[in-house]
Amino acid sequence: MSAARKVTRRPGAEGGTADVFPELVAHVRKNRTRLREEWAHRITEADMLTVMTEEEIATETTSIYDNYVNVLETGDVEAMEAYARNLSERIIPRGVETDEVIGIVLLLRDVLLRSLLEQSQCRLDLLSRMLDAFEPAARRITVTVAAGFVHERERIIRQQQDAIRELSTPVLPVREGLLILPIVGVIDPQRARQLTQQLLRGIRANRAKVVVIDITGVPSINSTVANHLVLTVEAARLLGAAAIVTGLSPEIAQTLVTIGVDLSKMNTVCDLREGIEEADRTLGFRVTRMDDSIDQEKGR
Amino acid sequence: MQVPILKQGPYLIASVQAALRDADLIALRNALTEQVGTYRSRGVIVDVTAMDVLDSFACRTLSEIASMIRLRGAQTVIVGIQPEVAFSMVQLGLKLEGVATVLDLEEGLKYMERRTKRMDHGRYGK
Repeated sequence: MSAARKVTRRPGAEGGTADVFPELVAHVRKNRTRLREEWAHRITEADMLTVMTEEEIATETTSIYDNYVNVLETGDVEAMEAYARNLSERIIPRGVETDEVIGIVLLLRDVLLRSLLEQSQCRLDLLSRMLDAFEPAARRITVTVAAGFVHERERIIRQQQDAIRELSTPVLPVREGLLILPIVGVIDPQRARQLTQQLLRGIRANRAKVVVIDITGVPSINSTVANHLVLTVEAARLLGAAAIVTGLSPEIAQTLVTIGVDLSKMNTVCDLREGIEEADRTLGFRVTRMDDSIDQEKGR
Repeated sequence: MQVPILKQGPYLIASVQAALRDADLIALRNALTEQVGTYRSRGVIVDVTAMDVLDSFACRTLSEIASMIRLRGAQTVIVGIQPEVAFSMVQLGLKLEGVATVLDLEEGLKYMERRTKRMDHGRYGK
């Protein structure tokens, strides 16, 4: 923001800028409604912000316009920065793209410039002084908004990455000797590695005999990850635990066969339920419904 | 370093205490195949808890031990492979195929009991 302040008192402007500035702000403020409407109209015309309704565009453009004028007047972009961040937070989840955001700010600059052109009535010296005053501030605002938007985006991405890493892979003890490893989401090699290590530690800590690896939530798989899965199953066997892989989707089954991963040693069943039943059989558990057993006892 | 071989009822327990040189592995193999006959043991448990690396030679020797012991009429189980060791083994393609492995000595003894009980059922007079 110090740079923006400097803009208003740039030595090269020779005092001319300072005179023009109030005039400029007054002009922009006076024609607020007309210019804002023109701007909103041009946004719709350019097919931008299509995810937002007419009223929303009206509200947002009013706020942006006021902020814009405020920055022109005070040279202080802090409020604009905060507003840009806030706006990004609201519109990013709705799928507004970077080019749209930069586009609308540039459109506003365009609208204001045109109005300044009219205002100067082709007096070149006045126009030049107005441009000297307006342009750096406008550029500064564009950069602020774009940077705010991109920062917000990056912050969301980072946040999501952290979340994915954290919720990565719980190893769940279900019964004595039975672990379930539900895998959700895309597996990359790094995650696959982490997953295997967690599973092996879990097997030792819980003294598991059977592990059910459920990959219902995995949308796709490549050969590296598939081979890693095979390795995981082998490693589990070395620790004395049999692995059952459940929930292979038709797509994954096709991929695995097409890329020729050898799954002959893997015990695969269709879904998690089947997997747990299979595990119970291996471990010697039998699950019965309470009512049935009571009925049977009564019957005796 | 020599591996102590303990006789525990009908089983032999070979408890590896430190990293083994190739010659020690061969000595272990010879001693086990010898003693399984001497003591008329039903099973052999090889405990590798203390080994922090199992290379290709070690894996091959363990597979050999298992095959030889089977020919001598007993079962073999490898116990106590560490998670990290297991993972690096499979990454190197060493899978100890055809050899039973369980978590630790306790599980190994249970495994042996199950296996030998099954064998006993098939014997005459029992």
